[in-house]
Amino acid sequence: MKVLVGIKRTIDANVKVRVKADESGVETANVKMTINPFCEIAVEEAVRMKEAGIAEEVVVVTAGPEEARQTLMTALAIGADRAVHVVAEQDIQPLAVAKVLKAVIEQESPGLVILGKQAIDDDSNQTGQMLAALLGWPQATFASKITLGEGEAEVTREIDGGLETLTVKLPAVVTTDLRLNEPRYASLPNIMKAKKKPIDAKTVEEWGVDAAPRIEVLNVKSPGKREAGVIVENVAELVDKLQNEAKVL
Amino acid sequence: MASLVVAEHDNIELKRATLHAVTAASQFEGEVHILVAGADSAAVAAAAAQVAGVTKVLHADDPAYGHGLAENLAPLIVGLAEGYDHLLACATTFGKNTMPRVAALLDVAQISEISAIVSADTFVRPTYAGNAMATVKSNDARKVITVRATAFDAAAEEGGSAAVEAIDGPGDQGLSRFERHELSVSERPELTSADIVVSGGRGMQSGENFSLVEAVADRLGAAVGASRAAVDAGYVPNDYQVGQTGKVVAPNLYVAVGISGAIQHLAGMKDSKVIVAINKDEEAPIFQIADYGLVADLFKALPELAEELDKQNISKN
Ligand SMILES: Cc1cc2nc3c(=O)[nH]c(=O)nc-3n(C[C@H](O)[C@H](O)[C@H](O)COP(=O)(O)OP(=O)(O)OC[C@H]3O[C@@H](n4cnc5c(N)ncnc54)[C@H](O)[C@@H]3O)c2cc1C
Ligand SMILES: Nc1ncnc2c1ncn2[C@@H]1O[C@H](COP(=O)(O)O)[C@@H](O)[C@H]1O
Repeated sequence: MKVLVGIKRTIDANVKVRVKADESGVETANVKMTINPFCEIAVEEAVRMKEAGIAEEVVVVTAGPEEARQTLMTALAIGADRAVHVVAEQDIQPLAVAKVLKAVIEQESPGLVILGKQAIDDDSNQTGQMLAALLGWPQATFASKITLGEGEAEVTREIDGGLETLTVKLPAVVTTDLRLNEPRYASLPNIMKAKKKPIDAKTVEEWGVDAAPRIEVLNVKSPGKREAGVIVENVAELVDKLQNEAKVL
Repeated sequence: MASLVVAEHDNIELKRATLHAVTAASQFEGEVHILVAGADSAAVAAAAAQVAGVTKVLHADDPAYGHGLAENLAPLIVGLAEGYDHLLACATTFGKNTMPRVAALLDVAQISEISAIVSADTFVRPTYAGNAMATVKSNDARKVITVRATAFDAAAEEGGSAAVEAIDGPGDQGLSRFERHELSVSERPELTSADIVVSGGRGMQSGENFSLVEAVADRLGAAVGASRAAVDAGYVPNDYQVGQTGKVVAPNLYVAVGISGAIQHLAGMKDSKVIVAINKDEEAPIFQIADYGLVADLFKALPELAEELDKQNISKN
């Protein structure tokens, strides 16, 4: 079985994001970019399937600018076999990403597709669900455990009330939650090896996908800043303040 | 035209999340309808009909809808979409799972987790863990929306008298099957609707030590939450996680114990009315947003706090 993984390049989770002065977006110049953490978990899961002999090949796909090639290299260093780079200079929104991934999937025919549950830049949490809809495939979102069986997969999902386990027919789209696995650090030899792995780069137009944005961003503002309060000396003072000053007890 | 709110429920009770989505829907022009899709879910439809401001309840009762499987729900919702400008659900794991599937089938974008409505097509939504508030305009004919519960008050559970209309849907699509649940059972209030939340972080050191957090929470009638680090370490279940990729809460009082205050955690609690931080490290970033900070060892401070609450007769136990 072939496993296909969709990955996105995002601002590193440790960066303190700043809104641009003209409110057109966030500052990305000279800001550290990495593979979206949920995508890293998705790649790790696929590579483990290959190591366990369940998957034959792991293909990673990203839609994004030239620089997104770096993100593909990260995935190849974790252990993916080859990459597809759908080059898109404009802002590419989840519905368009889902359409791009669908086009690639129709060519690649994977038995399983793994995406992250959420890209930590736009916090959209939609692409996997949209892709499953467009393909007419089942979806298992927010996965913390995937067990592959004959023609189906059992997936445990992190939901608001606890955990839920579903069986989905294959092929299916699964999106990862934080507890699915702990991604490895790529070793130096694997980073070197990644450089030799094939990356197939073509533009969105060449894939024949309409990637026009459906949502216009009118402006981006900083949230209201919360001021630091006071340091209390002890528990008694804390309780007194909560009772008599904040009046929340 | 009207708005359709997709109800969240367990076939017995209408979940409070639905009430927040109703309030958002009522900011648009036109009627607000609720879709209750479930199995043996007449009680939920009856409850939905009581919600203030709702004029019609569409009730699809079929075993295929009993577990909220997105594969079965999405075609049902899509079949109803023509009558609505806005289709909404709360941004819970249920809404997040279902609504993008609906949007894609309609070939429209989804506007995720809105925190304000500017007009029928323009919304505010947090991005980058709440560090950038984007005002976005949807150019699609139909708007599929998930709603951040903490940004919209819950509609009143009573006061409405909507008609309940039974409808049929396309039923089981044969793609997925529910196997089982492992739901957290708790006597405490639900995290996202609690008035007071006490959360523990990596500083708690173990699951057993969370009993110190619980002792304080129970005296305050509070819910218990956690940081990702505490969940990852297995101290508490996944559904305790507060943050960018967990639950968003905005109680009257949030007490963060042994939590450093990473942006991903703040994203889930910084809209709380009053924030208290208990941390032994005076440099911890959580103090920068806390209204009241106590620099102390939590293993000393939590028992003292429980005792002080008893002494001041604040305890609810
Ligand atoms: C993709 C992604 C998503 C994430 N999503 C979330 C999310 O939704 N929610 C979330 O919370 N995090 C999330 N995180 C993780 C986040 O970045 C932090 O790692 C996490 O919040 C840290 O948890 P913590 O504060 O409990 O642990 P730490 O940062 O280790 O802090 C522990 C604190 O406890 C204090 N302490 C230790 N011992 C004591 C003691 N005896 N008494 C008093 N204080 C003590 C220490 O001084 C320290 O400040 C996410 C990260 C990523 C990359
Ligand atoms: N530009 C992209 N290219 C490839 N995959 C993507 C892209 N954007 C999002 N994804 C996938 O969709 C997941 C969820 O993203 P989102 O719906 O934007 O929150 C990500 O974790 C990726 O797996």
